[in-house]
Amino acid sequence: MSYNMNDITKSIPRQGKLIVVEGIDGSGKSTQLRLLEKWLVSRNMPVFFTEWNSSETVKQITKKGKKSGQLTPITFSLLHATDFADRYERNILPLLHAGYIVLADRYVYTAYARDIVRGCNPNWVKKIYEFAIKPEIVFYFKVPIDIAVDRILSGRPRLKYYEAGMDLNLSNDPYESYRIFQSRIIEQYESLSVSENFTIVDGTREIEESQRFLRSMVMKLLPLKFTKKNRRLRRQ
Amino acid sequence: MNYQTIRSLKGKKMRKGIFYGHAIPYLEDIEIKGRFIVIEGPDASGRSTQIELLSSKLEADGHAVLNAGLRRSELIGQGILEAKRNFVLGRKTISLFYAADFADQLENKIIPGLRAGYIVLSDRYIYTLMAREAVRGISSSWSRNLYGFALRPDIVFYLDVDPNELVHRVFKKNSYLDYYESGTDLRLSDNMLESFVMYQKLLRKEFNRMQKRYNIISINGNRSISEIKEDLQKRIDAYLQNLQNY
Repeated sequence: MSYNMNDITKSIPRQGKLIVVEGIDGSGKSTQLRLLEKWLVSRNMPVFFTEWNSSETVKQITKKGKKSGQLTPITFSLLHATDFADRYERNILPLLHAGYIVLADRYVYTAYARDIVRGCNPNWVKKIYEFAIKPEIVFYFKVPIDIAVDRILSGRPRLKYYEAGMDLNLSNDPYESYRIFQSRIIEQYESLSVSENFTIVDGTREIEESQRFLRSMVMKLLPLKFTKKNRRLRRQ
Repeated sequence: MNYQTIRSLKGKKMRKGIFYGHAIPYLEDIEIKGRFIVIEGPDASGRSTQIELLSSKLEADGHAVLNAGLRRSELIGQGILEAKRNFVLGRKTISLFYAADFADQLENKIIPGLRAGYIVLSDRYIYTLMAREAVRGISSSWSRNLYGFALRPDIVFYLDVDPNELVHRVFKKNSYLDYYESGTDLRLSDNMLESFVMYQKLLRKEFNRMQKRYNIISINGNRSISEIKEDLQKRIDAYLQNLQNY
């Protein structure tokens, strides 16, 4: 058998739209995506929401490894790739083919950023995720590190080992480690935002203001019928 | 990048990176003192038997031996079995799952063993994983990249058994054909026996294709256990002898 799985899946016409949000923890991306989802659902659009590291099959195993603190960067990276592939093969791709609007809270760019910061080879990581289709739009939530860290720490007193990047030996203090880890991830996002053509959202703005911006951008991607109806609704 | 000067079985000196592709950056400068031997081959080809025999012989000769193999990692191995039992995972997902399991074994078992000077005997390695992926339509360049962090073994043997002969060995061992070892997910044939033979032929073809690139030594596995044992031992002894001389 000489067929290539990538060619087959990529040649099926997609009617759906893939919309992605990226950014560090506390950048406000999840709040915005949830609001976007509410809006699309209220307009009777077929919507599917998926978030990073959420495949039930893979989650149990990752959890076990994380608890024992014995995950090396390569294993860590591959487990996240497994999680992504599972959601991709079973949900994201079939739903896009069926015409759904798929909303992804983090996508392959999260893997690029985190794995590269953990010391994996950038080309190796990118090639692994090569099967993933390019989203219609990627919103990157840009926010100063202090604001993001404050938002996270005010709601969550204790940081988990990998979340704080403790495996990187950046600092013995989890909070300091977290800060350094997140700022390195920001550096990666910054370089990706150019090469991958991210749409930048100012994460310090008011929630309503950002949401208006997201909706106006998403509107451009939707079928004409939807857009017209929506214009009429807005005029009333 | 770390290089080692190795002497091939033909006695030719070669310098090669100790990893196949992009090395694991934080492992680039490790020093490998042990020897790394891989035995590949389908189920019922006599792999485990040969590894047992080899281990005893090497230990009797005074070497420290460590056994490794696919699907042995404590971290993930069990999860793969469960997931497969539920028939839910896609092909890329299964590949990545196996790769994660392999990475865990490599970093937590094989590499530490080799650094400590053990002879590590691996019951299958990345070649089986790559062959399975290839017959399932996954591009070989993707697989090669995926396993680029794998350490290059010193010797790789492939126990080559005629699939028609293999069937009988499987029946002798189990009296039934395993779902995955028969490639049932590929829907090659409704007839399980036919599907098994067709699938094993496809895998064998992939091994032949990989032989040159990865320096895989094909061993005629249709012979008796003791004949194969003699053959393997002779080759390994010659290899170890060669190292001492130079």
